[in-house]
Amino acid sequence: MTTKCGVFHQSYKSEMAIFQTWFARGWMALLFAWMLVFPFVAKPMGKALGTNVLYLANLIGIYIIGAQGLNLLTGYTGQISLGHGAFMGVGAYASAILTMRLGVPFWFALPLSGLVAAVVGMFFGIPSLRLKGLYLAIATMAAQFIIQFAMRNWTAVTGGSDGMSVRAPVFFGLPLNTDRRYYFLVYTLVIAATLFTKNLTRSRSGRAFVAIRDRYLSAEVMGVNVWGYRILSFGVSSFMVGVAGSLWAHYVLVISDEHFTIGLSVQYLASIIIGGLGSVTGAIYGAIFMTLLPELLRIPERALSHVWENAFTIMNSLREGTFGLLVVLFIIFEPDGLAHRWNKIKAYWKLWPFSY
Amino acid sequence: MKTPGKMGSRFLWVLGAVIAFKPLEWMAVKIYQDPWFFLQLLVQGFAVGSVYSLVALGFVLIYKASGVINFAQGELLMLGAYACLAFLVQANLPLWAAIGLTVVVMVLVALVLERLVLRPLIGEPVISIIMATIGLAAVFKAATAAAWGTQLRSFPAIFPDQPVHLGQVIISQVYIWTFGTAMLLMIVFALFFKFTRLGIAMRATANSHQVALSMGISVKTIFALSWCISAVVSAIGGVLIGSINGVNITFSDFGLKVFPAVILGGLDSIPGAVIGGLVVGILENLSGGYLSRIFGGGVKEVAPFVFLVIILMIKPYGLFGTKEIERV
Repeated sequence: MTTKCGVFHQSYKSEMAIFQTWFARGWMALLFAWMLVFPFVAKPMGKALGTNVLYLANLIGIYIIGAQGLNLLTGYTGQISLGHGAFMGVGAYASAILTMRLGVPFWFALPLSGLVAAVVGMFFGIPSLRLKGLYLAIATMAAQFIIQFAMRNWTAVTGGSDGMSVRAPVFFGLPLNTDRRYYFLVYTLVIAATLFTKNLTRSRSGRAFVAIRDRYLSAEVMGVNVWGYRILSFGVSSFMVGVAGSLWAHYVLVISDEHFTIGLSVQYLASIIIGGLGSVTGAIYGAIFMTLLPELLRIPERALSHVWENAFTIMNSLREGTFGLLVVLFIIFEPDGLAHRWNKIKAYWKLWPFSY
Repeated sequence: MKTPGKMGSRFLWVLGAVIAFKPLEWMAVKIYQDPWFFLQLLVQGFAVGSVYSLVALGFVLIYKASGVINFAQGELLMLGAYACLAFLVQANLPLWAAIGLTVVVMVLVALVLERLVLRPLIGEPVISIIMATIGLAAVFKAATAAAWGTQLRSFPAIFPDQPVHLGQVIISQVYIWTFGTAMLLMIVFALFFKFTRLGIAMRATANSHQVALSMGISVKTIFALSWCISAVVSAIGGVLIGSINGVNITFSDFGLKVFPAVILGGLDSIPGAVIGGLVVGILENLSGGYLSRIFGGGVKEVAPFVFLVIILMIKPYGLFGTKEIERV
């Protein structure tokens, strides 16, 4: 029995289970085992593929945490944010300032930087009191530019355009300064963030988010405090992306405002759209896709650069263009994203070959 | 939804006045000390602002007709400027031919865009449309970079370059021509909307798609037309601004300034877009002139966005925008 064809619950417990069948649980266990084994086989794998696989895996992990956050806001609550790149930057800078200037240990700085990002995110979420959709997208875009300006020009706090250097975190005397050690930190948090998102969306708040997204007037009539939940959604979402920023800062060790541009915000949005709005697995697919896409596009670039001098500049702009084109194509032809496509494939095989 | 009550809003106004008093006083002192500098900034602000108005007009046209927020407006502007540059310099055409060809190219681009990308998205959620236009922006940017490279290119002198003296204010003629052209275009459009058949059809469509359809107006044609006009207007704005500063690949960021402009004016108001554009241009120049010593470079770029957030907080539908009244 791979997937069930109907609803066969006999207890509340079985209905509330995240993984409904033993088959799914088995796959999850396998995935977990693979995640544990992966860092130890990553070196030979990376050699075969010609890139640092573990580094990519860490980037994907950090990306997943942020994407889950944005998905809560955009996919579940229906509030578009074009400022999450900057909120991630707020998390990164907050963490850097806390650990390097104020001497706070990383393990406290990590949630604190999330909180700082949450406060900033909630401030720029205030216009959602009266506005929706379009206006909010523009307000958060303004947030993006204002925060980026502050990061570059508030030299006394952020170090200006020189950026800030950060130290790797230390776990009971063990510095997490290699890809492999950091991997375990990142993926512990990835699992925590994913479980948190999944459970939040099944809770009272999560249902309120979805109600607001689908029809906020009806939600309000039903007694949902629309503004409160919107701000809450902004807060939780920015918290997660702030934590992702903190993780990123302590991984790459040097941060500057150049990373947290509107391009990053757009990438985040694109990843959850490509993955699937309002889907926990969708955010994961989207994050993987968006991190691996530039790597994949680099392969023809490298191959061509031997033949053709100008290949690099042309391919560089082509990469940007491919990204844009993919987003447009996805929106036109696959508006529900990869997660939806995957569910469709599963549904097709469920009753195969007697599908009707 | 909870909104501040009568007392609450009065309190907010008083609070705003108290907060704004010090900066306003400071500003007044500065102007008194050097009025010519202020005037200089003001005049330049008007010129740049008139181009913002033009681009904002294009933006509002699309939004009014089809409800699409076009994040690729700046890229249309860039494309127009590059196309005109190519016709002028690479093909060595006279100015009138270059501008005519640019208009033709932009119309074609707009038609293709509307047909291939935006029409399939009619009725899709806002986020899809926003992301689609952002994706388009990336494609345009990449195409421009691939075709023309990323370095700064300057326009050949289109306008006479002898500056005009007004008291102690020195205005280069480019600014005057820019302002004049932009204003002329806007008057033409005002007349177009007021008196021509198509213009009236466009207004009807903006008002209600269903009613327009039942009156025999082809809404699809109107959508396409609004994209065409918007692209052409932006392209002309691009040529005007390009002739002041030259064009490079970051030129499209110019288009982002339409957002403060249209938010101030109200997203769906054409006069609002015109006034908003002027105000943003002036604000940008003044903040660049007075504040960059305090906050460092780049304050010019960010000031309109601070302004935008403030407007959204106190007057979310702008000066002339339609307030959305929702009934259950």
